[in-house]
Amino acid sequence: MASTTENPKYKVIGTRPIRHDGVDKVTGRAKYGSDIHPTGMIYGVLVRSPHAHAKLKSVDTSAAAKLPGVRAVVTHKDLREPGNTILELGEGAVNLKHLSNNCLAGDKVLYRGHPIAAVAADSIHIAEEAAALIKVEYELLPPVMDIREAMKPGAPLLHDDVFTDELGTKSTTASNVARHFRFEQGDLEAGFKNAAHIVEREFTTATVHQGYIEPHNATALYTADGHITVWTSTQGIFTTRQQVAELLDVAISKVKVVPMEIGGGFGGKIRVYLEPVAAALSRKSGLPVQLVMSRADVFESTGPTPGSYMKIKLGVDASGKLVAGEAYIAFEAGGYPGSPVGAAAMCVFSCYEIPNAKVDGFDVCVNRPQTSAYRAPGATQAAFAVETLVDELCEKLKLDPLEFRLKNAVKEGSRRVDGPVYPRIGMIETLDAAKNSEHWKTPLTGKHQGRGVATGFWFNAGLKSAASATVNPDGSVVLLEGSTDIGGSRAGLAMQLAETLGIPAEQIVPRVVDTDSIGYTDVTGGSRVTFATGHAAYQVGLEIQRQCCLRAAKIWEVEPATVSYQEGTIVGPAGKQFTFKELAAQITKTGEAIVAYAAVDPHGCGGAFATHVVDVEVDVDTGKVTVLRSTLVQDVGTAIHPAYVEGQMQGGVAQGIGWALNEEYFYDASGTMRNASFLDYRMPTSYDLPLLDTIIVEVPNPGHPFGVRGVGEVPIVPPPAALANAIYHATGVRMQTLPMSPPAVLKAILAKAAASNGKH
Amino acid sequence: MRDFEYEAPNSVADAVALLSRNGTARPLAGGTDLIDQIRVGRLKPDLLVDLKKVPELNVLELSASGLRLGAAVPCYKVYGHEGLVQAYAALADSARIIGGIQIQSRGSIGGNLCNSGPAADSTPSLIALGAVAVIAGPEGTREVPVENFCTGPGKNVLAAGEILVELKFPARPAISGSHYVRFIPRNEMDIAVVGVGTAVVLDAKKEKIVSARIALGAVGPTPIFAKSAGDALAGLPADETSLDKAAELARSHATPIDDMRGTKEFRIHVTGVLVRRSLQASIDRARS
Repeated sequence: MASTTENPKYKVIGTRPIRHDGVDKVTGRAKYGSDIHPTGMIYGVLVRSPHAHAKLKSVDTSAAAKLPGVRAVVTHKDLREPGNTILELGEGAVNLKHLSNNCLAGDKVLYRGHPIAAVAADSIHIAEEAAALIKVEYELLPPVMDIREAMKPGAPLLHDDVFTDELGTKSTTASNVARHFRFEQGDLEAGFKNAAHIVEREFTTATVHQGYIEPHNATALYTADGHITVWTSTQGIFTTRQQVAELLDVAISKVKVVPMEIGGGFGGKIRVYLEPVAAALSRKSGLPVQLVMSRADVFESTGPTPGSYMKIKLGVDASGKLVAGEAYIAFEAGGYPGSPVGAAAMCVFSCYEIPNAKVDGFDVCVNRPQTSAYRAPGATQAAFAVETLVDELCEKLKLDPLEFRLKNAVKEGSRRVDGPVYPRIGMIETLDAAKNSEHWKTPLTGKHQGRGVATGFWFNAGLKSAASATVNPDGSVVLLEGSTDIGGSRAGLAMQLAETLGIPAEQIVPRVVDTDSIGYTDVTGGSRVTFATGHAAYQVGLEIQRQCCLRAAKIWEVEPATVSYQEGTIVGPAGKQFTFKELAAQITKTGEAIVAYAAVDPHGCGGAFATHVVDVEVDVDTGKVTVLRSTLVQDVGTAIHPAYVEGQMQGGVAQGIGWALNEEYFYDASGTMRNASFLDYRMPTSYDLPLLDTIIVEVPNPGHPFGVRGVGEVPIVPPPAALANAIYHATGVRMQTLPMSPPAVLKAILAKAAASNGKH
Repeated sequence: MRDFEYEAPNSVADAVALLSRNGTARPLAGGTDLIDQIRVGRLKPDLLVDLKKVPELNVLELSASGLRLGAAVPCYKVYGHEGLVQAYAALADSARIIGGIQIQSRGSIGGNLCNSGPAADSTPSLIALGAVAVIAGPEGTREVPVENFCTGPGKNVLAAGEILVELKFPARPAISGSHYVRFIPRNEMDIAVVGVGTAVVLDAKKEKIVSARIALGAVGPTPIFAKSAGDALAGLPADETSLDKAAELARSHATPIDDMRGTKEFRIHVTGVLVRRSLQASIDRARS
């Protein structure tokens, strides 16, 4: 891996210490969601709709309730349904009516797998048997699975109370289109008039899932005094607390959420599914209840990322400068409104200076599970479309794809189509590093081999975080935080505190604690934790420095102003000094504990850019694509722990390759997903990927004390486009549909061969 | 998961008696398909009859008259048997790619056949190698060529109380080779979208094909014996033109459907591609 081995500016940052949670994870001691077993725990099973679209005529739970061993049965009536009210969750908001109905359906089921009722019993087998006794009467409705079908007037309607927000004005007739919005800048018509070349293409991408290994789970205990404890693996303990309190109709102080380790989230473990249901079952039974999804449940009923339909047009002048861009982007929302089409519309032209542009976005309900965030939500679909069009323009202009991108790249001061002007960013630096890479300089020689390149952008987020720390007498520091760790953030945060205090990372003891034990912290999402919670860790470090100086002044009986903190040493007048460890040993002997606390809401999260170079070989007789070599170049701001930065980059690329080549929700005409297992939903395994190379570029973010930019999301953005471009250069076929699975690629190759035979 | 009883007889007669007595009883060999089907509720047996302790089902015997493979012999023993790997290479090819190490340590070729999945990786190899199923039941013993064994997805000729005891293979001629290849979109953890097993016999000069058998998987409701494609090769030179001809004929045997694993047109095209590739590999093996 090409990367910084150490950052000369820092002592701890840029090194690769062993992660603090590593031993527990590699020895199997770490406790994930379903590893918790409170005394007396019983097991719950959900009854799910076998139909993609139906009215619920009746739900009869009486036979299930009578089965010996059954302790509680709940339906939609056991959750509060507060109507169309919006609950702000920090990163995003939810409509409580939709949330409540998505957890347990009220009058309608909107996708196959939609939960209708739940039963808890002494054993999972009794619960399964009881679930089979729940009688549901359905009035079947025609499902609408395809986004363009759903947008047509007269399409089957999912909701009678969803009215299109048409460019800010509420429509008066119900529609599957929840929202149509637009971003514009410049004069589009004039822009295209000045273009020497224009390309316009349509693109579709399939619904795909985050594919985390650990299924959703929740264990809840409602105690006689009205307190609810929820153990769950979630990206947001505080937002889970908020949603459970709303749906159980209890005060927020009555709910405590205890984070378990997470076996993958990628944005999919923010929305609650099981937590309110487990709590409702516990409230009825008085016992702790555990709910764990099967893999099929995870696929059929938890947030995939949207399939899309996009139509994009780009114009370029004779010199190779982009002059105009137009995008029509429609995203599947799933059963309830709220797809990340807004982010897609902001990202679609985010890598280039395009003076004249217009973007239309549509959020469309279809009979599929409600979509959730997935790693740079919306950006990957948009990049697939734009970056393959750019490749086509490069071909027309006979321009090197990296040179073309350098010529048009956004930089500090460039304005994005949705308004913001970029601060210092590293798009150009990633392109330069790609150009200078050994990979780029090594030509391909084999038959049916091709190289593709693509770039991508992701905003990253800031938001609210809290941290607190206590200095122990042995010189270690316990760091408490509320950001659940889905990507090595314990290490990244501990290192920022260690750097601030000038002590080794190993002396920090980072702990992710429950909602009663730390201040409000927004979700682990938007690549924000190392940035924002890191900011809190830094602030905590400064406060510890201050208190250390005061204590030393007290011990030395000198004026506090004469004492300073210098790289792990407390320095006083006349050569007096303590190392941090020496002072720590004095704390309890000389006064109160040293405890620091910080709550932050930092702005200035820097956007991230990445450039992907990928080589493929295509078996032209079967359409199978083999990835030969992959290099991701990414501006990470400052790499706190380079190994985990590389891990994020590799993980994003691996998921991007899966999205590109094989992953898709395959539905039959009745709206049943036919591949709801890891056998037929084909994520790449280690056999399908080469070593995924990374090149870390560091353009420090001026908005963070150590220059941190979020790193977790942008690596997934360019790979599908880069692969499409590589496939083109290997075979001469331009793929405009994801996934580029063997049947799709072979079909395109055979069609091209048939067309060229026809010409001769 | 359903509560069931478990019996482990140690003779064919006892196994047949147990299976005949209880209408919902299912035979258990490796259990790698069966347990999963019970767990998801597709099968609801009250009794499982474990066949692994019956000696006849554990036979693995290679002799001048051919190969005997007990129905419960796990895959790892198949590819771990040097003589078998030499003479019946297609079968070893199949055994090596059925599941991972854990499945191969437990799952058997006999079970793969009795599960009767259209995409079963071993069945095309069994057909290509001319294997015969030896079946025991309440009415005695009978033999069925493997190409006639499967009757539909998950369905076969076994009547109530009958079990597969062993697979019998004729001896392989001196200058012969066999091979199995499947197409999967990934490189592991996948199920055949098309599978092709071939076996060829060459003449003394290793130039002409004396005879060939070709079988297809995952392109119809059962594994398919593409007899005409193999027969057409008899007497032809072992060259590209001949293989193209067999590939084209094999395509005409394929009756696939569109599903989540591939489209009909894709499967038909790839059937021809894999028949060519597998025949070439069989010829190369016969020549080496």
